Amino acid sequence: MCLAIPGKVVEIESNKYHAIVDYGEGTKRKANISLVDVKIGDYVLVHAGFAIEVLNKKEARETIALFREMLSFEEVK
Amino acid sequence: MFSLSDKTLGQDIISKIKKEKIKAKFMHVCGTHQDTIVKHGLDSLLKKCGISISQGPGCPVCVTTPLEIEKMLLLARNGAIVTSFGDMINVPGEYKSLGDMKAEGYDVRTVYGIEDAVKIAYENPSKDVVFMGVGFETTAPATAATIISNPPKNFSIFCCHRTMPYALKAILDIGELKLDGLIEPGHVSTIIGIKPYEFISKDYGIPQVIAGFEPIDVLMGCWMLVKQIKQGKTFVENEYKRVVHQEGNIKAQKILNEVFEPCDMKWRGFPVIAKSGLKIKKKFECFDASVKFEDTLKDLENKELHEPEGCLCGELLRGLVSPFDCPLFGQACKPETPVGPCMVSVEGSCNIEYRYSEK
Repeated sequence: MCLAIPGKVVEIESNKYHAIVDYGEGTKRKANISLVDVKIGDYVLVHAGFAIEVLNKKEARETIALFREMLSFEEVK
Repeated sequence: MFSLSDKTLGQDIISKIKKEKIKAKFMHVCGTHQDTIVKHGLDSLLKKCGISISQGPGCPVCVTTPLEIEKMLLLARNGAIVTSFGDMINVPGEYKSLGDMKAEGYDVRTVYGIEDAVKIAYENPSKDVVFMGVGFETTAPATAATIISNPPKNFSIFCCHRTMPYALKAILDIGELKLDGLIEPGHVSTIIGIKPYEFISKDYGIPQVIAGFEPIDVLMGCWMLVKQIKQGKTFVENEYKRVVHQEGNIKAQKILNEVFEPCDMKWRGFPVIAKSGLKIKKKFECFDASVKFEDTLKDLENKELHEPEGCLCGELLRGLVSPFDCPLFGQACKPETPVGPCMVSVEGSCNIEYRYSEK
């Protein structure tokens, strides 16, 4: 139910309420963007037809490295 | 780019947890977490490290009550077009589901989202179109945004939206389970942020971690809980930083507050939980199906409804039993012939366990 899928905003409709989101492999669908502030090229998380958040690309890229760092440095005292 | 893949990291986290020689019971409240856990066998991996993990009331379809479903059946019977998400349509009320009503010729339609239901209302101006709005904080903003977008007057919402923090409080207040840590749902947290969970750590001395949905996220979430336990700390930690911001989605919160107010609500398997539901504010009551059809629905209000005999969904939603403890699981109760909601919904523990078990 709370499943949400990431996709890239490729087009914003003139009414500003909807955008075309590209989920990869040729799948593009319309999503409502009234809950977020987005621009073309942003990645959004879409749930039940509504974008609920803009994804943090930098944070996503660094997640694995961050987890490794936490595991190696944060010894439990 | 948003999925986590690393060949050895999962194993490294497991080794790290194992070294702590801990015995702990964790609960999560999200069907998507349960799917990740069962699909990847994380439950048995964690068990070997002394950690048991169960799903609490984290499936919105499953916690919707038979009374709410019966009300939708009545509206369909009275000629309204009733719309909802696919899983919801297949959950039985006292005897029948909306899907059964559809088979009998009533106008019940499955929609992917609320905007599809609004479209149906525009296409059928002479009919009442009711959307059964289920879902937690992840889904409720879409309902709120639709209400303020001024949909047609023949459209209304039967609001079954519920919110998570006070349900967690209810679990802890009931006290049937001694929990050592909570894994909080990533996409509910995307909307509400960190603050609404803080009172739980403060008042109940329990560590919490907001986690994402990859296997590595769940393992990392468990490790972060273990770390808090070992260090004697209790606070809300965010493992899912690539998506969840500290303050949540403020724009969505504003729309939620504009349209809804908190209300006391009954959850399946629970008594009424204070402040755990969302009610449409008076200003927007023309879109509230419970107001619009008050006269029709009032006869059901005091009706005593029976839960299916032998079904353990209530106990399952309180984290007390596993699907395997239910005598109906895989026998009388299967996805094709579900007895309780936890077997209907793809987010329900029984459905997930059945799908991934060796048959």
